[in-house]
Amino acid sequence: MPALLEVKDLKVSVADREILHGLTLSVNAGEVHAIMGPNGSGKSTLSHVIAGKPGYEVTGGEILFKGEDLLAMAPDERAAKGVFLAFQYPVEIPGVATMTFLRTALNAQRKSRGEAELSTPDFLKRVREVAGSLGIPQDMLKRGVNVGFSGGEKKRNEVLQMALFQPSLCILDEMDSGLDIDALRVASEGVNALRSPDRAMVVITHYQRLLDYIVPDCVHVMSKGKVVRSGGKELALELEANGYAQYQEAAA
Amino acid sequence: MNVALAKIDKPEIAGEAFAAVRARVQEPVKIAAARTLAYDAFQRVGLPHRRIEDWKYTDLRALMKVVAPLAPAPDAATLTRAEAAAKLHAIDGVRRIVLVDGVLAPSLSDLSALEQGVSIRSLRDALAGGDESLLSLDTANPMVALNTALMTDGVVIEVAAGAAIARPLHILHIAASAAATSATRTAVTLGEGASATLVESYVAAEGATGYQVNDAAIVSVGDSARLEHVRIVEDARDAFNVSSAAVSVGTHAKYNVFGIATGGLVSRFQAVVTIAGQHAEVITNGVNLLNGNQHADTTLTMNHDVPGCVSREGFRAVVDDRGHSVFQGRINVRQPAQQTDAKMMTRALLLSDDAEVDNKPELEIFADDVTCGHGAAIGALDEQLLFYLRARGLPEKQAEAMLIQAFVGEAIEAIADDNLRELVSGAAARWLEARS
Repeated sequence: MPALLEVKDLKVSVADREILHGLTLSVNAGEVHAIMGPNGSGKSTLSHVIAGKPGYEVTGGEILFKGEDLLAMAPDERAAKGVFLAFQYPVEIPGVATMTFLRTALNAQRKSRGEAELSTPDFLKRVREVAGSLGIPQDMLKRGVNVGFSGGEKKRNEVLQMALFQPSLCILDEMDSGLDIDALRVASEGVNALRSPDRAMVVITHYQRLLDYIVPDCVHVMSKGKVVRSGGKELALELEANGYAQYQEAAA
Repeated sequence: MNVALAKIDKPEIAGEAFAAVRARVQEPVKIAAARTLAYDAFQRVGLPHRRIEDWKYTDLRALMKVVAPLAPAPDAATLTRAEAAAKLHAIDGVRRIVLVDGVLAPSLSDLSALEQGVSIRSLRDALAGGDESLLSLDTANPMVALNTALMTDGVVIEVAAGAAIARPLHILHIAASAAATSATRTAVTLGEGASATLVESYVAAEGATGYQVNDAAIVSVGDSARLEHVRIVEDARDAFNVSSAAVSVGTHAKYNVFGIATGGLVSRFQAVVTIAGQHAEVITNGVNLLNGNQHADTTLTMNHDVPGCVSREGFRAVVDDRGHSVFQGRINVRQPAQQTDAKMMTRALLLSDDAEVDNKPELEIFADDVTCGHGAAIGALDEQLLFYLRARGLPEKQAEAMLIQAFVGEAIEAIADDNLRELVSGAAARWLEARS
């Protein structure tokens, strides 16, 4: 069976400066991969390119998702096919109620897949179930998307969307940034509940701390736009003890 | 003494229309004389152009070029077409008063079983009866002068002191003739402590293209009265609409007006609001949604004449293609108007490189203890927000529509009546759907 996500020799530039210099990564369904690395190693660039954020120029290589050319798809097509990026900094959208946003997004994805739209009662039931399990109060769903939410609430809102859309690939970009330990635990529990044999997760993080909560199957170390080492979950602990210095030299 | 009158070289404009009005109406001499004076005042300037400061951004001489002939009084066939338009643009739960090509159409209107304290007359009857209060508008403004000269009909509404009218009054202007002028005037007077909701909308019947609407309103909100006012400009895409208003607001009164323009080729709403009684509150909001070659102008003068009053102005424009949105807001605070609290804010979204927005705030303040402010912001849709929505599965146009709807929604929130707020939201949504 081919890997769910196949990144092959990916080269990406921003404003004529190459950020990723031939990155290769293979993620199978059912696995959780952690990508670690120092600031500026290209971790977030990788997540943005997979999700289809404008402003990045792919100059070489390819990304296959379920065997299809992901780079040929618009961001919304990628979402409908099952790619989900949990943002490091979820944006605030004043004037768009969270509930309206969730329903519009879910139905847009279903429509793109040729599925019928979810009826309002069915949708409400699903949102309430998921929100309840994440401890998200109903009044938060009536407010504008992320407007006035704390850092923890914003990340919980990302996990809520993940649970609602049921994507097959979740990319968590620095999910731990801006969270205290309690908020991190709640968000991580939400993520762990979504682990499944049909789903893969790519957890991008700077610190080992998050991986105490979301335990990965594989750990990759990125430095200067490449994966410089891959290993099991013990690699994260080694990094915590020794730091990134040796990899930065190796990649140079 | 010999007075040499300057010979007017330029051909008379609107002469044909004025002759048609005079042939149609039977009015006391004082009304007829006022029309002639107004007609002469209009002739001295003609269609206003960009060298007149107030019309700098809306050059009607270039945009309209001519004053179209007066629309004929509607015949049975015209009324049938108008009836179809009236059904299409019907609003639930309102009392509908229909004007077709500038003439009150009782057969399409609901004038039966008026609430206690409400009186509704036709302007034509009121003028024939010599009601000079209907001539109070200042004809220094050429388009107001033209309105005075050409007005054929309209609605005169009086709400008695203390009467609370729950059912909104909807004046539906239907243009049914092509390349014709219709000129109407509305007067709304609310007695002390009265409350009412007025909706004015402008639409086209099938076949009505390239027409010119010239409407005017005289609004008086009595002491402690409350008027909710909603204007909806959904004219044909090649039509012209110039609407003027003079509003006076009494002590402890509240006037809340909201306007939306999605239709018309060129539209302008020019209003002078005079806050004449203390502790009054005036809220004005508006939204222009424009594309193609559409041009919409809101020109508002807010006069704070007395102490302790509040005014708020919030206008939003969304402009695509070669559209052009204009907002001119003037706040005059006279010396006695201490403790005035006046704020003006305009925001615009430009959706194309060729879209244009002009904002001109002017504050003239003679009182020293006031809070007055204005602000303007013009920008494009936020790329970060668009990407977030697209990453959640919304196609590009749908993501844009969601952000635009949210942007105008903040202004639409100001409409108090739930039903009307939904209606205006729906008009915005239709514009967005047509765009994608």
